[in-house]
Amino acid sequence: MYDFGYTKPSSLADAVAALAGDDEAKALAGGQTLIPVLKQRLNKPSKVVDLSKLGLSGITVTGDSVTIGAMTNHATVAASADVKRAIPALAALAGGIGDIQVRNRGTIGGSLANNDPSACYPSAVLALGATITTNKRSIAADDYFQGMFTTALEAGEVITSVSFPIPAKAAYIKFKNPASRYAMVGVFVATGPKGVRVAVTGAGQGGVFRHTAAEAALSKSWSPAAIDGVSISPDNMNSDIHASAPYRAHLVGVITKRAVTAAG
Amino acid sequence: MNAPFEGIGASVRRKEDLRFISGRGNYTDDINRPNQTYAVFRRSDRPHAKIISIDTSAAKAAPGVVAVYTAEDLAAIGGLPCGWQIHSKDGSPMAEPKHPVLAEGKVRHVGDPIAVVIAETKQQARDAAELINIDLQDLPSTATVTDALKPGAAQIHDNAPGNVCYDWHIGDKDAVDAAFAKAAKVVKLDLENNRLVPNAMEPRVALGDYDRHTGDYTLFTTSQNPHVIRLLMGAFVLQLPEHKLRVVAPDVGGGFGSKIYHYAEEATVTWAAGRLGRPVKWTADRTESFMSDAHGRDHVSTAEMALDAQGNFLALRVNTLANMGAYLSTFAPAVPTYLYATLLAGTYKTPVIYAEVKAVFTNTVPVDAYRGAGRPEATFLLERLVDTICHDTGADPIAIRLQNFIPKDAFPYQTPVALQYDSGDYFTTMEVALKNADYAGFPARKAAAAAKGKLRGIGISTYLEACGIAPSAVVGSLGARAGLYEVANIRVHPTGSVSVFTGTHSHGQGHETTLAQLVTSQLGVPFSQVEIVHGDTNRIPFGMGTYGSRSLAVGGTAMVKAMDKIIAKGKKIAAHLLEASVDDIEFADGTFKVAGTDRAKTLGEIALTAYVPHNYPITEIEPGLDETAFYDPANFTFPGGCHVCEVEIDPETGVTSIVNFTAVDDVGRVVNPMIVEGQVQGGVAQGIGQALLEHAVYDSNGQLLSGSFMDYTMPRADNLSNISVATENTMCTHNPLGVKGCGEVGAIGSPPAVINAVVNALKQYGVRHMNMPASPEKIWGIINAGRKAAE
Repeated sequence: MYDFGYTKPSSLADAVAALAGDDEAKALAGGQTLIPVLKQRLNKPSKVVDLSKLGLSGITVTGDSVTIGAMTNHATVAASADVKRAIPALAALAGGIGDIQVRNRGTIGGSLANNDPSACYPSAVLALGATITTNKRSIAADDYFQGMFTTALEAGEVITSVSFPIPAKAAYIKFKNPASRYAMVGVFVATGPKGVRVAVTGAGQGGVFRHTAAEAALSKSWSPAAIDGVSISPDNMNSDIHASAPYRAHLVGVITKRAVTAAG
Repeated sequence: MNAPFEGIGASVRRKEDLRFISGRGNYTDDINRPNQTYAVFRRSDRPHAKIISIDTSAAKAAPGVVAVYTAEDLAAIGGLPCGWQIHSKDGSPMAEPKHPVLAEGKVRHVGDPIAVVIAETKQQARDAAELINIDLQDLPSTATVTDALKPGAAQIHDNAPGNVCYDWHIGDKDAVDAAFAKAAKVVKLDLENNRLVPNAMEPRVALGDYDRHTGDYTLFTTSQNPHVIRLLMGAFVLQLPEHKLRVVAPDVGGGFGSKIYHYAEEATVTWAAGRLGRPVKWTADRTESFMSDAHGRDHVSTAEMALDAQGNFLALRVNTLANMGAYLSTFAPAVPTYLYATLLAGTYKTPVIYAEVKAVFTNTVPVDAYRGAGRPEATFLLERLVDTICHDTGADPIAIRLQNFIPKDAFPYQTPVALQYDSGDYFTTMEVALKNADYAGFPARKAAAAAKGKLRGIGISTYLEACGIAPSAVVGSLGARAGLYEVANIRVHPTGSVSVFTGTHSHGQGHETTLAQLVTSQLGVPFSQVEIVHGDTNRIPFGMGTYGSRSLAVGGTAMVKAMDKIIAKGKKIAAHLLEASVDDIEFADGTFKVAGTDRAKTLGEIALTAYVPHNYPITEIEPGLDETAFYDPANFTFPGGCHVCEVEIDPETGVTSIVNFTAVDDVGRVVNPMIVEGQVQGGVAQGIGQALLEHAVYDSNGQLLSGSFMDYTMPRADNLSNISVATENTMCTHNPLGVKGCGEVGAIGSPPAVINAVVNALKQYGVRHMNMPASPEKIWGIINAGRKAAE
């Protein structure tokens, strides 16, 4: 890696100040993307602002929502009895990210701020209609994701927590890229206070997206069979040495159906 | 209480594992020398380009930089040598273009080293490497053998017209043509053997050191054969005599062939250490490993079998294009010839065989031996061809193999492609494998899988391989520029403990355990009293190293020969002490005894006498008990066997799961069954990796698309099933232990078993063949096409 400055502020205000006015500064959450990128010299930040001392970890469950602090790591979410009870699909998703080392470092806030097109969490946020809270405002999931590695976050804006409405039913199924084990096609389905929502990660060129045709079919009939007549165009699908766009489009159907089956 | 049995045949726990699993191993990167510097290579990011200019001035001025070198600075040293020369059909020697240590005039593959920066820290060297200003002019490039042979293809070396390294053949072409002419049936198959990246867990590392007071050089390196590196680098690259160059290969974390070869980085750090008078260390990062460690496989072949009306194999014709990459790696030319085409008889009595092999340069990383080296390619070709014969003719895969196996009583068996097999029994290994795999119960399991919506398939492969490549005179006549013997020095110390100095090298195989078991059996010395020393040219008399499953068959036999000398000398000493005739002394279980009496001396007593020769036949024999043997085998050894794979395919996603894998191998005498089982399991895991997952993918221009673990799929535990391993052994007839070798059998036998199973599972879709890896998308494509056709 290249040399860079490092600061670990102890208040959100100090963190925001450190990031503001410095386009080259990078926020560090769990570092599961940033650190490998730095090691490969693909990024040269002026300074790294470590968010680990801001008190942004923790899980709060109320009658109708689960709120997770931005710096809560995946292992904590996966192991949380409260999350498992309220939104088991979310706990299972967290427990399936990367490997045990990644889960003990990687955070929900980091994942969402990065918005990797193959990351798992964006699908849960979008399908559950979650709200992302930052130091400045609250952002609805539908407004937050704006294409791969692109979000509604502005310069100097830091995610503080994510609040998930508790669904009636939900499930996440991931078809893993055989090499990286990231989602090649990951589908989160949910039905509940936000209606029927289906979010797909890994497959689309623009990152996570809502599978509206599947939502329409499932709104009529919440059943795996409802997916049978639903197809999705390969036009906006990713294509690489592991999976062509038509294969990904096919997998979206298969995995959506399996997610509905899993949700019950 | 009896001591536990720790000799030949005992599953003794590996004594080296405590240090490995507790982080106490001593790997090359763990070694640091005073005043050490760090080397970082600047490599080509282009597949093929002319070097217009290199400006190192900014790099040289960067903080901490000690030196920056390019090919100009290395003008006085040689290129990297190739250890095997093949002659083409017309008798001409292969094209052997120079393999410069640092690129001269052109770069020929992504990863080709152009310059090296040596600095006080690795970080400083990295920073400075980015400051080298290199002006490259792109040239047309080519990544595949078929593209490289097309008229007008990019010319990679001036002295290899048409990118052909050699155009070689073996066998009787006329006899094969005649057999095809009268065949009742000919089955033809086009197939590819996918390129692989070895990916040893420990990346390559080289640390050069120089003592300016003595003029001695030391290279610490991740090598499978330190003496070979000393010879190649000393004699051909740096012109250093053996006594001035020490090569140490300490603990090495996996090789699979990729650490046999002499690489540019080793020569660079050794040369630079002398030039600078300071130690120079280079440690590959994983990205560098992908683009600089020799790759494996990468064949494109056509195979044709001529059959009579009863299904007897009449003749085999094979045409293979082998990718050499951009330069000839150390043993690359031998792999698709003497380690591949000579194996094309396999387990079958096919009377005539003709094979043509064209080796081709491309703008890719050099290709060389990788676990199995040629034999997996031959086995995949043959066993896919046999199953394709079944596909085309309706023959039963078991029956046709039984019909064409070399009969049990035909050994020694002379094949039509040079090799003479000394022993083997392919009927028994197949019979036991089918039983262990419950082959008969497959239809019921297939039906049960079908009820769950899954496609289940079963596939078998039988194989024959050749280990312990030898004898030297023969390999020399075939083009080897080295001997292939092995060396052992057995030192019985005054108190009776034993040090073994072996020319083989352990990089995960467990030699410190297995070889010690030989001493326990042969000399009766307790296992705990035996030390195995390897990997240091200053401690070992000589050696050719470890590859091709040769360590036990060749290195172990050298130990037996040296121990025979110890016993012979010990008998003379015992005869003197016991006042008996040498002819009357018997040696067993560590004791010299006068036959038919209870008069005896232990090996320990004899050793003490040899070193304290107060009462000693000093006029007849020298003091000491320290013997060396060089052993040059009479022939290869020929392991064989049968692997059975059962798969289940999810037709919705195309994902293949291995549900059962059964290996029954003939590896000759087994010294440590636990280690054999581990070796076979590891080999099978790599074979399953090749069959289902691994693929080094270049785009058409020569950019490596699968250049990291994000895109190169290594087999992981959840890709595998339990692997049932058993042996049914026949003994090698030409070495005293009867050993054959087990290091590669898993990687050789398993890929065709897996693909045969996949093809079998997809039978209803009319699939005839599938190249590796059998990826989910490939399989889904077949199922989807079948479904669409049905609609």
